[in-house]
Amino acid sequence: MAITATVNGEPIEFTGEPDTPLLWAVREELGLTGTKFGCGIAACGACSVHVNGEVVRSCSLPISEVAGKAVTTIEGLMSADGTLHAVQQAWIDIQVPQCGYCQSGQIMAAVALIRQSGKPSHAQIDEAMTNLCRCGTYPRIREAILKATGQAASASATGAA
Amino acid sequence: MGVKRRNFLIGAAVVAGAGVFGTIWADGSARKRVMGATVKPGEGGFNAWIKIAPDDTITVYSPTIDFGQGSHTALAQMAAEELDADWTKMRTLQAPPMPGFANSGLLQGFISEAAEGLSHHVPQSLLSLVARSVPIQLTGGSSAIRFGGQNLMRKTGAAARLALIAEAAARLGVPAAELTTADSKVTHAKSNRSLRYGELAAAAAGRSLETDPPLKAAKDFRFIGRSPARFDIPGKVDGTAQYGMDVALPGMRVATVTMAPVRGGKLTSVNEKPALAVSGVERVIKLDEAVVVIAKGYWQASKGLAALSPQFTDGGHGDLSSASVFAAQDKLNAEGKVLAQPAGGKLLAADYKAPFLHQAMMEPFAMTAHYTDGKLEAWGGLQDPLATRGQLAKAAGLSLDQVTFHALIMGGGFGRRFPQYSQIIEQVAIVAKQVPWPVKLIWSREQEVSHGAYRPQVAARLQAGLGADGKVAAWTSDYAQHGDARAEGTVPYAIPAFEARHHKYISNQVDAYFRSVDASQHGFFNESFIDELAHAAGEDPYQFRRKHLPAGGRHLKVLDEVARLSGWATPLPQGTGRGIALVESFGTIVGEVIEAALREDGYPQVLKATAVVDCGTVVNPRNAEAQIAGGLIMGLSCAIGEEITLDKGAVVQTNFGDYPLLRLAEAPPVIAVHFIASGAKMGGIGEPGLPPAAPALANALFAATGKRVRQLPIRDQAKG
Repeated sequence: MAITATVNGEPIEFTGEPDTPLLWAVREELGLTGTKFGCGIAACGACSVHVNGEVVRSCSLPISEVAGKAVTTIEGLMSADGTLHAVQQAWIDIQVPQCGYCQSGQIMAAVALIRQSGKPSHAQIDEAMTNLCRCGTYPRIREAILKATGQAASASATGAA
Repeated sequence: MGVKRRNFLIGAAVVAGAGVFGTIWADGSARKRVMGATVKPGEGGFNAWIKIAPDDTITVYSPTIDFGQGSHTALAQMAAEELDADWTKMRTLQAPPMPGFANSGLLQGFISEAAEGLSHHVPQSLLSLVARSVPIQLTGGSSAIRFGGQNLMRKTGAAARLALIAEAAARLGVPAAELTTADSKVTHAKSNRSLRYGELAAAAAGRSLETDPPLKAAKDFRFIGRSPARFDIPGKVDGTAQYGMDVALPGMRVATVTMAPVRGGKLTSVNEKPALAVSGVERVIKLDEAVVVIAKGYWQASKGLAALSPQFTDGGHGDLSSASVFAAQDKLNAEGKVLAQPAGGKLLAADYKAPFLHQAMMEPFAMTAHYTDGKLEAWGGLQDPLATRGQLAKAAGLSLDQVTFHALIMGGGFGRRFPQYSQIIEQVAIVAKQVPWPVKLIWSREQEVSHGAYRPQVAARLQAGLGADGKVAAWTSDYAQHGDARAEGTVPYAIPAFEARHHKYISNQVDAYFRSVDASQHGFFNESFIDELAHAAGEDPYQFRRKHLPAGGRHLKVLDEVARLSGWATPLPQGTGRGIALVESFGTIVGEVIEAALREDGYPQVLKATAVVDCGTVVNPRNAEAQIAGGLIMGLSCAIGEEITLDKGAVVQTNFGDYPLLRLAEAPPVIAVHFIASGAKMGGIGEPGLPPAAPALANALFAATGKRVRQLPIRDQAKG
């Protein structure tokens, strides 16, 4: 009766009870701690992962719902040779994270947005990027999404050395 | 961090200094023990803060935590600056939570702030001794760079460089004056010889270090003022960074907790059986004011907890509500004296209010502890690792030597993670002693929101007399809150008679710190009220502030610059307003201009934000910009939607649903941040961006709608 799925391309058999949220299954059972617990009610998005390519808030999705599906977490974004995803690289180039706790979720949301809309407009970024960040990295999140999609980023006040 | 924390620090130094004094550094063996924690044979350790390895790697040990403010990178820049180091081989590690790594630079900074001039008469070595005997490694008060960096890393770097030169001079048989340093090498140009720091370090560290070495002049800076990439960012984009929440140990169990709904309440009874019937639940532990459920995993623990119906007392606070607190505070403020109306002028009075606020760090509290063989080992993220270790020991009934604490990075803090009111420290220590496994205790977001250590609720009555000359002749501020905030309650304006009076009001909540501490509430009060005075005088709010600031001063320059960069005088569309505010906190002056309008639903929408900052010298501009912009956004978030309220003594809010943080779409798309390089004494950068945001927004909404907001949060108050 175990639930099977793929996580970051690997076949996985979840042993937890079917109502266990995907968040706790990936964190505690698989040891993939890049996906974060923030609120437990799908309000903050720190736990965002992809299920069959769509971004979902894993704290509120029971593992029974992912049976037979493909789950991708932050650990599964980079390519097999260790190259970072273009969105992760943009996050470094723009120096987005502060405390960093929400950023796995922000990156997963951004990757899904770009996959869906190619070169997202400001309005599309506003609509899709609803994950919370307490440090206030929002302007740089926006700038990094624009950079990752080859769009001219708005000038930031102080540049890099 | 305000005056009260400084007082605490200095008080503690005086009390603790006498007893513990000579035990740490006075004898060589103790010194060796401290350095032994970080320095291996063949390496050179300098003053505990800097270590140079044979392969030229230079490690800076930071007594302060980097929870995203970029301080670890900036501290390395400051050490590298004075060392003339090779930047590619610099790194920063968290200093061990040992008394020998207590933050002497912080103490020195606070003492010199509290009593300007005093520290010049106290030898550095004495201050250092005092500080090392005080168990403090706190991160707060925007102090990591201006105190820790300036007092520890630059001085230690400079002293280490002199020792490296002396060692090289001896080895090469040349005068030290003929040697130069760069890229972690000492070079003798005449003979075309050079020695690497790595080969000199171990011997150089054995030489006596200059206690007050000369520091570089700003014109010679090569690392300070640049923006190298932050050390911590790669691990935060690939999921590898390990937070307190992420600790995993063999055999570890996971626990969660529910506390008395009313702070001060106690647990009276709980039937444990329903929790123990939940699959995976292993223990129910009763604490004085809480119930803890331990299970195989978090989900099972929370299901177990949800099955319980614990009964708590209200600690005698059942009558408290936010309204009753404000009523009591208003009554205290009304006892203040009534200001007289100036001849031929006007008298203005206004009541301002700010609610309790929650820091809302994105990572809820999580600590792990393992008790075996009379020893406790613990992991977590707190804003003072050394004090955390002490509290763990006390709660577990152990000595400091029996406790090991591993300080991990934090998903935000903003003042919530100061150990003195982080109840999780005591909880995890007590729980760990009762079970055979390592146990990770996680607070749910609901516990986190409703059992916070909040920014204090404050009510203030402001009065001012506007003279016949159109200038403010007198200003009084009566404010009621737990702690004294007189320093934060002052204004930068030249006002002939200014008085701030504190009326102490204590609720059942702790008097806690919040990013920018009291500067946020009082910045809102004062910078809104001066706007009211400008309008009463029939003047432009920028020009009115101008004429109350000393000519040629730093405040005026910041104000002028933010007005200029924001296009203050340019016309705006109907329904959009522009507001300005100027607040100094933590030694840094920040001016902000906000453009805002009301959405159709009456909620404020911020369209544009400009900030001008004078913090003296900027160490890492790109990172400092992020701190100012982040502080500004947090200030907007607090002002627009955030509020913790009490009902029947208990907190009403439970999660992000009823404690709404600003989202990306609600934040200004771009925040222009400009720094003025005044060269003045270095100020902080983590907090000062926050305080001007709320008044600048409220002033903008007044300009847009004609409605004055005097109570936070703003939400839909500005609506017609």
